[in-house]
Amino acid sequence: MRRQVPLVLCFAFGIVMALTEFSPHRWSKSINEEVIDWALVIGPFALVLAIATLVQTHWARIRRRSEYWQYSFLVFIGMIVMLAFGIPFGQKNPAFTWLFRHVQVPMDATMFSLLAFFIASAAYRAFRARTLEASLLLGAAVIVMIGNVPIGDVIWNAVMPFRDNLPSDARQWILDNPNLSARRGIILGISLGVISQSIRIILGIERSYLGGVEGD
Amino acid sequence: MIEKLMNIDRRIIFILVALAVIIPSLLEVNFPITISQPTRSAYDYIEALPPGSTLMIGFNYGPSSFAELHPMAKAVIYHCFQKKIQVIGMTLLAEGATLGDEMLKDVAAEAGAVYGENYVYLGFRPGATQVLLGMGTAIDSVFEADYAETPLAEIPMMADIKNYGQIDLVLDLASGSSTEWWITYTNTRYNQQIAAGVTGVIVSQMYPYLQTGQLIGLMPGLLGAAEYEKLIDRPAKGTEGMSIQSFAHLLVVGLVILGNITFFIQRRQAE
Repeated sequence: MRRQVPLVLCFAFGIVMALTEFSPHRWSKSINEEVIDWALVIGPFALVLAIATLVQTHWARIRRRSEYWQYSFLVFIGMIVMLAFGIPFGQKNPAFTWLFRHVQVPMDATMFSLLAFFIASAAYRAFRARTLEASLLLGAAVIVMIGNVPIGDVIWNAVMPFRDNLPSDARQWILDNPNLSARRGIILGISLGVISQSIRIILGIERSYLGGVEGD
Repeated sequence: MIEKLMNIDRRIIFILVALAVIIPSLLEVNFPITISQPTRSAYDYIEALPPGSTLMIGFNYGPSSFAELHPMAKAVIYHCFQKKIQVIGMTLLAEGATLGDEMLKDVAAEAGAVYGENYVYLGFRPGATQVLLGMGTAIDSVFEADYAETPLAEIPMMADIKNYGQIDLVLDLASGSSTEWWITYTNTRYNQQIAAGVTGVIVSQMYPYLQTGQLIGLMPGLLGAAEYEKLIDRPAKGTEGMSIQSFAHLLVVGLVILGNITFFIQRRQAE
């Protein structure tokens, strides 16, 4: 019963939503809109689930004294402080805004900025023209990087005055042609995969989303 | 010598990167910006909108992408206020809520725009897909009040704006997959016109949508911000950042070339 009810609900809603999506009839539209409203209500429950999982994971790390378990305390401190200001006083509260502006923003921005240092180091060590494919990738990457910044055109125009702005035009060509073709292939592949997986879920063939062990 | 170059201490590379960023920012070097077609298309579309049109802007990025997308947001919002285009701000990410609010207030103060008449900020609601679909029926079914908790019914600008039918363009400023959500749920279903400004790392993913017309324009990372600033003749952080980024890119390209030269010399010696 624990598995049958979700399977029946999934089948019913999957079929109804797929049909109402493609039918322009007003009844069909109103059913579709009504179900979307329900989904809006259900959405916030995911947040509760996410918080519960976060607490569970970090509490387990502290209990087991896993590697760097001390950092899990920082997770709890951060969460408790933000919740203490955010829930009773709202997200426009000056203390909440101050914490966001002066703690989260600089930390987040710093973490992301560090990537520049590691990317430069990794590019020097690992980006090698070992094979034909790697050479093509390397060539395209260099052209896109140079064409993506104004200094590329400035240097080119100064050294080779016969064809203005060639680096930025070459970058645009790479993005418009080889990149676009490859991306489209990837999107089509993903879409076909999503469609087949959705059909499997709706028909109850794929049941891993229910969790637990088969036969529970 | 070759061996030393191959095994160069990574701290030396870190110092070079730091210098490539710090020196140009102190010298305030500026390079001429070439406008790419996708950015020009976004600009032309907004430029052609008559006064009183409405642009919805999604601040779908957090502090990590702040440096790339904030200058873009600033340039486009300023352009809209100059052209008397109404702006509705919202976000599908919790981290974007404060950033969007501050950005709109800052630009409105510079351009003399009035809250409730020239712009409205709706803030954040969880459940991206449901939010996008819900706004197609009625914006106030998702955002019953704005970010300051004022009911939408009491905001003069929102009197005639009920759903996507009254929104001329959505501009999604994204550091993740939100542009694809907008395309899937609002362009396909409601025929909503969409433009995007995205971080450099996801620009290449957007080109198929640009080619099909599902995106009417695309601003690529900090370069897009610099291009838009040039188009509205208001150089700011984007233009400044591109000059700094120029040196950082040159350094990385130089390192890649040097790394490959040493690799080939070493391989020849081994043979």
